[in-house]
Amino acid sequence: MGKLMTFVVDFWSYVLLKGSTKYYAWLVFLFAVLIAGLFTAYKQLTEGLITIGATDQITWELFISNFIFTAHVAAAAVLVVAPGYMYGRKEFKDLAVLGEILAMCFVACGLNFILFHMGRPDRLWHVMPGIGFFNFPNSMLVYDIIVLNVYLLLNAVAVWYILYKKYIGQEVGGWYKPWIYLAIAWGPLIHICTSFVLSSNARIGAWNTAVLPFAFLSMAGASGPALIILLFLLLRKTTKMKISDSAIDLLTTMIIWSLGILMLVLGSEFFTALYSSPHHAESLHFNMFGHNGLNMYVPWFWVTLTVLVGSFFILLMPKVRKGYDFWLPVMCAIVFTFVLIEKPVILVFPAFSPSPMGEYTEYYPTFVEWLNVAHVWATGCLTITFMLKGAVGVLTGEVKFAKSSA
Amino acid sequence: MSEKKSIEIKKEVGAVSEQARRDFLKNIGVASAAAMVAAPAVAGAAASSAVAAVPTAGASNPDADSTVAEWLQGHFQLMTEEEKKKAIERLEKRYTAKYGKKTVVSNAPAPEGVLFGYALDISKCVGCRRCVHGCVRENNQSRSNTEIHWIQVMKLPKGNFAFSPDKMDKKGFPETSWFGDHGVQIGGNAYTPVGGIGTHGAENYYEADLVPDKDSFYFPVQCHQCEKPPCVKVCPVRATFRDPNGIVLIDYNWCIGCRMCQLACPYGARRFNWGEPNLPAEEMNPKTHYWGNRPRMRGVMEKCTFCLQRTREGRPPACLEACPVGARKFGNLLDPDSEIRKILATKRVFRFKEEFSTYPKFFYYVG
Repeated sequence: MGKLMTFVVDFWSYVLLKGSTKYYAWLVFLFAVLIAGLFTAYKQLTEGLITIGATDQITWELFISNFIFTAHVAAAAVLVVAPGYMYGRKEFKDLAVLGEILAMCFVACGLNFILFHMGRPDRLWHVMPGIGFFNFPNSMLVYDIIVLNVYLLLNAVAVWYILYKKYIGQEVGGWYKPWIYLAIAWGPLIHICTSFVLSSNARIGAWNTAVLPFAFLSMAGASGPALIILLFLLLRKTTKMKISDSAIDLLTTMIIWSLGILMLVLGSEFFTALYSSPHHAESLHFNMFGHNGLNMYVPWFWVTLTVLVGSFFILLMPKVRKGYDFWLPVMCAIVFTFVLIEKPVILVFPAFSPSPMGEYTEYYPTFVEWLNVAHVWATGCLTITFMLKGAVGVLTGEVKFAKSSA
Repeated sequence: MSEKKSIEIKKEVGAVSEQARRDFLKNIGVASAAAMVAAPAVAGAAASSAVAAVPTAGASNPDADSTVAEWLQGHFQLMTEEEKKKAIERLEKRYTAKYGKKTVVSNAPAPEGVLFGYALDISKCVGCRRCVHGCVRENNQSRSNTEIHWIQVMKLPKGNFAFSPDKMDKKGFPETSWFGDHGVQIGGNAYTPVGGIGTHGAENYYEADLVPDKDSFYFPVQCHQCEKPPCVKVCPVRATFRDPNGIVLIDYNWCIGCRMCQLACPYGARRFNWGEPNLPAEEMNPKTHYWGNRPRMRGVMEKCTFCLQRTREGRPPACLEACPVGARKFGNLLDPDSEIRKILATKRVFRFKEEFSTYPKFFYYVG
C-alpha cells in the first residue's frame, strides 16, 4: 500500500503546490465564491426554500435548471472517451481520462444541485436503499437517482484506477475496457432518464413530448464538447499535454451536428405544437410571444434560438473551425453559455405557465438562490480544476512513482 | 333566486379583531412578500390577515419540529403498532408544548367498505369562499408567509358576454391573411373564451364585496382524490399513497420535499411548505389525525384529504359544513342508497380534466 500512499501524496502536492500565479488566483476566486455561498446555503437550510424564488406555480428553480445542464455535460463527456476506445483513434487514447473526469465532476455537481432542490435534505436517507424506501418501479426519479449514482461510481473508479496505474507505470487490467464500455453506454442513459423525469408529467405540455430525450442528447452533444474544446485548448497552451488538432476537429464536428440534430428536433416539436396549436402549445406560445403583457421570456427565447441556430452555420465555416486561437474558443464559449441559458428561460420556467388553474407566472430568483447556484458551480469548478491539474501531471509524467522515489 | 344566494363577505371582514388588525399592519411587509410566493386568495386575505403571525412558544425554535427520534422514524404505514403508538405520543407531546393546548393526534383506521366521493353543484356555487376558510380553520394550514389554501375557487366568465359586434375587429369577418383572402373565409374573430369549463380566462384571486358576480360563475377546485393518482406514481419514496377509502394521503414525516407530485398533479391541488408554517396557537385546531390536519413542518407537501380526521369518525368535511348554499355533497360511493350515488345516477355529472385519465372521485354536476 506504500505505492498508493505516495500516489495520493504526489497527486495532491502537485495539485496544490505546483501552479502559476494565475492558477492560484483562479483557486482563490473559486474559494471566495464557495465560502460566500456557505452563508446563503446555511440560510436556505435553516429557513427553508422560502428563501428562493420558487412558488407553488413554478415549483422548480434555478437549481434544477442547472442540474439538467450538468447532466448534459456529464453525458457528453463520453464523446471524448468513445473515439479512443470504440473507434481506436490514437489521439484520443490519453484524452479519454479527461472526459471521465468531466463526467465524474459534473455528475457530482449535479447531485449537489439536487440537494439544494430538496425541501428536506436532512431526510436524504429516505431514498437510500436498505434504510429508506424506493418507490420502485413507478417513480422516474428513483431511476434517475440510481443511474446518476452508478455513473458517478463508474467514472470515479475509472478515473482513479487509470491515473494510479499510469503513476506506477503499469498497464490497466483486462476488466478496464469493458468497464469503460459500460461507462460509455451509461452516459446517454443518465440523460434519457433525466429527460423522462420531465417528460413523464402529462400536465406540463412543453415537457410531455417524445422528442425531449433527443433534445437533451443533442444539447448535450453541443455543450459538452464545447466545454471540452475550451479545456483542451487551455491545457494545450498552459501545460505539456499533447492534444492534436485532429482531436479538436472531431469534437468540433460533434458540436456542429449536435446543433444540426437539435434544429430538427426543436423544429419538429415547434411544428407539431404550433400547427394545430392546442392546449399543448400554450407554454410555447407564452415563451414565444408572452401572455397579456407577461413577456419576460420572449427575448430570451428568440435570442437563444437565434444564437444556437447561428452557431451551427458559423461553425460550418472552415476559418472558424480552424481558428484555434480565437474563433473556435469564442464559438465554443457561446454555445456552452447559451445551452446553459436555455435551461431556465426556455426549458424550465415557461413550461409552468399556464398552471393547472390557468395562471401565467414569471420567475424571479432571489439573491440566496443566485449565490447558492454560484456556490455549487464554484465547488464543481474546484473539483474539476484539481482533477484536471492532477491528471495532466500524471499523463505528462510529471507525477510519477519512480520520480518521487528517486 | 340570485338574491337568495347573494352573500355579503363584508361581514366576515368586519369580524376581524382590532388586535389582529394591528398584527396585520405590523406584519404587512412580510405578508406582501408572502403574497408573491404563495397562492393567496386576495379576497380572503383581509379576513385571514386576522391570523398574521403571532409568535408562539415553540415556533421560534426551528428544531422543535424534528426531534432526533422523530427524524429517525420510518414510513408510518410500515411501522409496528408499538412504533406507531410511540410516534403518536411524541407528536402529541410536541404539539401540546408548542401550541400550549392539549392536542390529540388520532390514528383512527379507515372504515371498511367505504369509498369516499365528493360532488359539487356548480350551478349553486356563489364563489363566497367560505369553504376555503372553513378548510383553513379545520386543517391547521399556515396562515401567513406563506398563506396556504387547499381549495382554490376559479371565477370563470359566463358564456357569450364577449360576443358584442364592437369587440369583433372586422365586424365578423376573419383576420386578413398575409397571403390574401382569396374570397373564402378560413377563420374567425371569436377567440375570446366562451365560458366553458376550463381555465381560460379564470380569475383565481378575485376580490369582491358581494358575490356572485352576475357575469361569472365559480368553480372550486381541491384535491380530486384520483383513483389513478399521478402524484402517487411519481413520489420517489412513496410518502404519498392511496388509502383503503380512496383518499390520497401524505406522510408529512416521510416526504423529502422533491415536489415531483406537484409537477404531476393536473389539478394544482398540492401545496408546499416553502417556509416554517405560521399557525397561531389560538387558532390551532387541537383535534388532529396523523394523516390529516396535524400541523406540518417546513419543506413538506400537503393537500386536501376530504378532512380525513372528520370522515373517519363519520362527520362530513369542513368545506361541506361551511358551504352556505348546499353546493357540496359527500358520501360513500359503495353505498347504492347514498346521496352521492343518487347524484351520479340522476344529474349531469362530469369530471374536471378527464383527458388526463386520473379518474377523480371529485365530481361536478349541474343540479
